[in-house]
Amino acid sequence: MKVLVPVKRVIDFNVKVRVKADQSGVDLANVKMSMNPFDEIAVEEAVRLKEKGKATEVVVVSIGPAQASETIRTALAMGADRGILVKNDTAVEPLAVAKILKAIVEAEQPQLVITGKQAIDDDANQVGQMLAALLGWPQGTFAHSLELGDATAKITREIDGGLQTVEVKLPAVMTTDLRLNEPRYASLPNIMKAKKKPIEEKTPADFGVDVTPRFKILKVTEPAKRAAGAKVSSVPELLDKLKADGVI
Amino acid sequence: MASLVIAEHDNASLKDATHKTVTAAAAVSSPVHILVAGENCAAVAEAAAKIAGVEKVLLAEGAPYARQLAEPMESLLLSLSDKYDAILAPATTTGKNILPRVAAKLDTPQVSEILKVISPDTFERPIYAGNAIETLQAPAGKKIITVRTTAFKAASEGGSAAVEKIAAASDPGLSTFAGEVLSKSERPELTSAKIIVSGGRGLGSGENFKLLDSIADKLHAAVGASRAAVDAGYVPNDYQVGQTGKVVAPDLYIAVGISGAIQHLAGMKDSRVIVAINKDEEAPIFSVADYGLVADLFKALPEIDEELGKRGYK
Ligand SMILES: Cc1cc2nc3c(=O)[nH]c(=O)nc-3n(C[C@H](O)[C@H](O)[C@H](O)COP(=O)(O)OP(=O)(O)OC[C@H]3O[C@@H](n4cnc5c(N)ncnc54)[C@H](O)[C@@H]3O)c2cc1C
Ligand SMILES: Cc1cc2nc3c(=O)[nH]c(=O)nc-3n(C[C@H](O)[C@H](O)[C@H](O)COP(=O)(O)OP(=O)(O)OC[C@H]3O[C@@H](n4cnc5c(N)ncnc54)[C@H](O)[C@@H]3O)c2cc1C
Repeated sequence: MKVLVPVKRVIDFNVKVRVKADQSGVDLANVKMSMNPFDEIAVEEAVRLKEKGKATEVVVVSIGPAQASETIRTALAMGADRGILVKNDTAVEPLAVAKILKAIVEAEQPQLVITGKQAIDDDANQVGQMLAALLGWPQGTFAHSLELGDATAKITREIDGGLQTVEVKLPAVMTTDLRLNEPRYASLPNIMKAKKKPIEEKTPADFGVDVTPRFKILKVTEPAKRAAGAKVSSVPELLDKLKADGVI
Repeated sequence: MASLVIAEHDNASLKDATHKTVTAAAAVSSPVHILVAGENCAAVAEAAAKIAGVEKVLLAEGAPYARQLAEPMESLLLSLSDKYDAILAPATTTGKNILPRVAAKLDTPQVSEILKVISPDTFERPIYAGNAIETLQAPAGKKIITVRTTAFKAASEGGSAAVEKIAAASDPGLSTFAGEVLSKSERPELTSAKIIVSGGRGLGSGENFKLLDSIADKLHAAVGASRAAVDAGYVPNDYQVGQTGKVVAPDLYIAVGISGAIQHLAGMKDSRVIVAINKDEEAPIFSVADYGLVADLFKALPEIDEELGKRGYK
């Protein structure tokens, strides 16, 4: 079966963003960009399925600017087979991302789509669920483990109270959580090989999807700052302070 | 028209996240109705009817709703959506699982994890792990919203809404529940606890979390953890506090052996009082802590435990 993995180019998780003085957004000039960490987990899971002989082909898609092809190359170096870059220079909202992915799914006919549970920039946590709904497919979100059968998949999910297992009919959408696997680092030979793997270029218009933002961003501001506190020198002093604050 | 709040519950009891979502809903569109979908959950509907300001409680009972799986919940909500101009759910794993499906089918963009309702179509929400706050205006039409519950006060008790039974929608039959492993604890839930004692990689093992347990018991606190502690298998996944775990804002958050990565801070920096215990005085956690204790946790924790005992905490 074919597995499709959408990968997003986002600010690296180690970077602390700065809000622009004019409140128009965050400063992304010269900051390190990487693959969304949850999408690395998604690629790893897909590649493992291929290595186990369960998947026949792993296709990665990214919607973003020309540089998103680097994100696709990273996935190809991890073991994905080919890429699709849907080029768009402005930010695309989750619903529009889901609509583009739906068109790609209809063309590619994968049995499983693995997305990240959330992109660490916008933290929307929407795309996988929206895609599943648009396709009329079931979903297993926040996946902790996957048991893939021929016609169904058992997906154990990280939920607020612990773990929950659902059995879904295929085709399905799964979204990854942190404990699903530990993504590999691409080896040098695989990075070289990835350079030769094909990346097809498309635009949202090729799929008839209008990516004009529906939301109006009025401003982006810094959150209220916490004043740094003081060091205490002993346990009794700490407890005295907490008592005085009325929190214990 | 009205707004509809999806109740957070486990078929036996109504969760506080519902009360907080009602507060947000009332600012978006009144009157507020609550949907209780579950199995044998009439008691939950009764509890929901007592929330002040709620006009009506819709009770949908049936096996597909027992675990509120996303696919049957989508059908149910779509069958009700015409009557509402806003549908809201708490940003719990249940709300996050269901609501984007409804938004997509209604061709409406969803606003995730709102912190504030500025006007019925304008909201604040955190982006980049809470390092920036976005103020955005939603397009005309239905509003589909998940609510960060730590940012809203719980609606009070004292209402007496009518409970109306509604028919189950057809189950698309795409998914089935196949089991669960829930963490059992006598302690308060992380997201509603007044005090949280949280451990990180510095604890070194699951066994050592007992040092936190003893203190948590004396303070009637919940126990949380960093991602590193969960990944290492010291504690289950539902302990994780942070950008991609649970967001908490207790009166007191005690971070022990946690360095203070931005992803962790995103989940706890709105706590009223933060205490950090770390042997590295340069640890970033100290930059958000009201009180920092530079100490080896293996010495500090038994001492806190003993000192609390001496002061009468049991
Ligand atoms: C410079 C800049 C400006 C922005 N301006 C706006 C704005 O004006 N309005 C606004 O609403 N948002 C804006 N955003 C946010 C951006 O549009 C969101 O990232 C987008 O809405 C998708 O949300 P998400 O990635 O958080 O979705 P999530 O639902 O959190 O993503 C989940 C998963 O979906 C997949 N996925 C998501 N996006 C893509 C993609 N592009 N390609 C491939 N797979 C993907 C990935 O597998 C990902 O893990 C801006 C972002 C940037 C960087
Ligand atoms: C996509 C993504 C999502 C993430 N989401 C989250 C999230 O939701 N929540 C989260 O917490 N993290 C998250 N992280 C991980 C985060 O980046 C950090 O790796 C993690 O928070 C570190 O956990 P820690 O502080 O326990 O461990 P460390 O950073 O290793 O810190 C351990 C601390 O313990 C101290 N210590 C050690 N021994 C002792 C001792 N004997 N006495 C006192 N102090 C001691 C050390 O000085 C150190 O400061 C995420 C990362 C990514 C990439």
